[in-house]
Amino acid sequence: MYANRFSWGNVFLYMFLTLLGLLMLAPLVYLVSNAFKPINELFLFPPRFFVENPTMVNFYHLLLVTSTSAVPFTRFIFNSLVVTGGIVVGGVIISALAAYPLAKHKMRFGPAIFNLIVTSMMFSSLVLQIPQYLIISKVGLMNTYFAMILPYLAAPVGMFLMTQFLRQIPDSLIEAARIDGASEWKTFWIIIMPLLKPAIATFALFSFINAWNDPYPSMVYTTKEHMKSLPVAVQTIGGGAGVIARVGTLAAASLLMIIPTIIVFIITQRMVLQTMAHSGLKE
Amino acid sequence: MTSDIQTVTSQVGSQQARTGIGRYLAQLWADLKREKVSYFFVLPFLILFIFFIVVPVIVSIYLSFTYYNILEQPRFIGASNYRLLFVDDDIFLQAIGTTLKFAVITGPVGYILSFLLAWLISQIPHKYRFFYTLCFYTPSITSAVAMAVVWQYLFAGDSKGLLNYFLMQIGVLDEPYLFLQNVNSIVPVIIIVSLWMSMGIGFLAFLAGLQNVPKDLYEAGAIDGVKYRWQELIYITIPAVKPQLLFGAVMQVVFSLQVFDVSVQLVGLPSPLYAGHTILTHLYDYAFIKFEMGYASAIAVVLFFMMLGLNRLIFRWLGRD
Repeated sequence: MYANRFSWGNVFLYMFLTLLGLLMLAPLVYLVSNAFKPINELFLFPPRFFVENPTMVNFYHLLLVTSTSAVPFTRFIFNSLVVTGGIVVGGVIISALAAYPLAKHKMRFGPAIFNLIVTSMMFSSLVLQIPQYLIISKVGLMNTYFAMILPYLAAPVGMFLMTQFLRQIPDSLIEAARIDGASEWKTFWIIIMPLLKPAIATFALFSFINAWNDPYPSMVYTTKEHMKSLPVAVQTIGGGAGVIARVGTLAAASLLMIIPTIIVFIITQRMVLQTMAHSGLKE
Repeated sequence: MTSDIQTVTSQVGSQQARTGIGRYLAQLWADLKREKVSYFFVLPFLILFIFFIVVPVIVSIYLSFTYYNILEQPRFIGASNYRLLFVDDDIFLQAIGTTLKFAVITGPVGYILSFLLAWLISQIPHKYRFFYTLCFYTPSITSAVAMAVVWQYLFAGDSKGLLNYFLMQIGVLDEPYLFLQNVNSIVPVIIIVSLWMSMGIGFLAFLAGLQNVPKDLYEAGAIDGVKYRWQELIYITIPAVKPQLLFGAVMQVVFSLQVFDVSVQLVGLPSPLYAGHTILTHLYDYAFIKFEMGYASAIAVVLFFMMLGLNRLIFRWLGRD
């Protein structure tokens, strides 16, 4: 609107956004810089923000030091990949399956189910961790990948976004498939799934971030060292709050943990914004 | 298929034609049968949803009235847990205070900041938007665990801590301040870190909503005498993105009441003098360290109703057209 016109207002706008943006990025830049600092720079006084002689030694240490311990660091990465992959793929499929009839079919209990989903967006699933733990342990799933995947498959926010996105897609496309005699199952895979692509990307982004970053499933549902996930491993290297040990190695591990989430966001961002346009709630 | 339904309806209908309930059930059965394909699609989600969300809510409420330590069967003890919680448990009352203090600031500030930044970003041309979106959104997708190393170093309590060093250089402090150990600074530090991470899903919803406000609304506004950007914001933009604002508010309430990760990573569990203790850290402490599941369930139920109640209120305020 106003954006192409030169004005002092625009100059201030850009200056403000850029300064605040850089301030927001600063902790991340600091993390990157620490991950590449050699040991003598990490404990330098006065403290430096940027790295002067970047080195890969911290990453080397991370893989070397941990490969001599009982469980190599790569095992934690593998565990996190399996669990996150399971949650993302499984969640996308069951949510897309459910979103299709909820958005496009006339169902007697459809509105009730949808209201239940909206209601469950209003509280954090963290308040349900005790019964979830009891269920998992009673069923005998402790120390399995299933224990870390199953409780997180039914994600209310992702499900809500998927249904809302599907609602605004014109019915005519689906009607055409029906006239051609396609079964509902076929319609779903051939027509609905491709149309849902932006919503799927959005679902994948949010469930990837949650699953990848959350240390608690592995803390609560596993007792064996070889089943622990990446966030727990990073926590262990750090030694917990108040301990500053192996800062370089820890920074390297932390950086390795953050990079995938940023990459996933960059890949999906365009489709995410397309989906979020339909995120509106009404009473 | 259709004749099936008709026969079922007519059979059931003829048997109980006079009772309303019978007719209702017959209709219900017919509907379910006709829509059975739809329910098959929903089934996998619904089973997991019921198992891991609906049942846990009910079980939590039940357990909160019992004494349960996992080894023995739950023993019904009435409202004792709640009495203990609100009358005798000073740490819990402190945790509620800390959580509310925290939520009252991060909730509204994070929310308004998300909206304002999204609005400012929507004022600049498309090609520059991505960079700024990335700047503001990325912090929210980093994990508290991974960022712990940065905050530990930034807020470190000796003169090697970046913040202490800087504040001593410019003469604000004479000696290093123990940001992560001092009872007075623990909550503010947690608030700052959480605000840094608060431009999350709500921010994206605002951004997307603002991009899709119909252009002709602005043209119509200009004819009606809207001159300045702030007038546009108040009279045109905000009403147009109200559904997104409601969605963002719901997300923000949940975000600001579930403070846990950041506190545990920065100041530990338990934190010095319980200064960083929140409702969720109290819950975790009783559930998975002390294994007092009944008592911990009571804490969970309190937090559950706080979140649900606050969101219901917000729905009533913002949800009206």
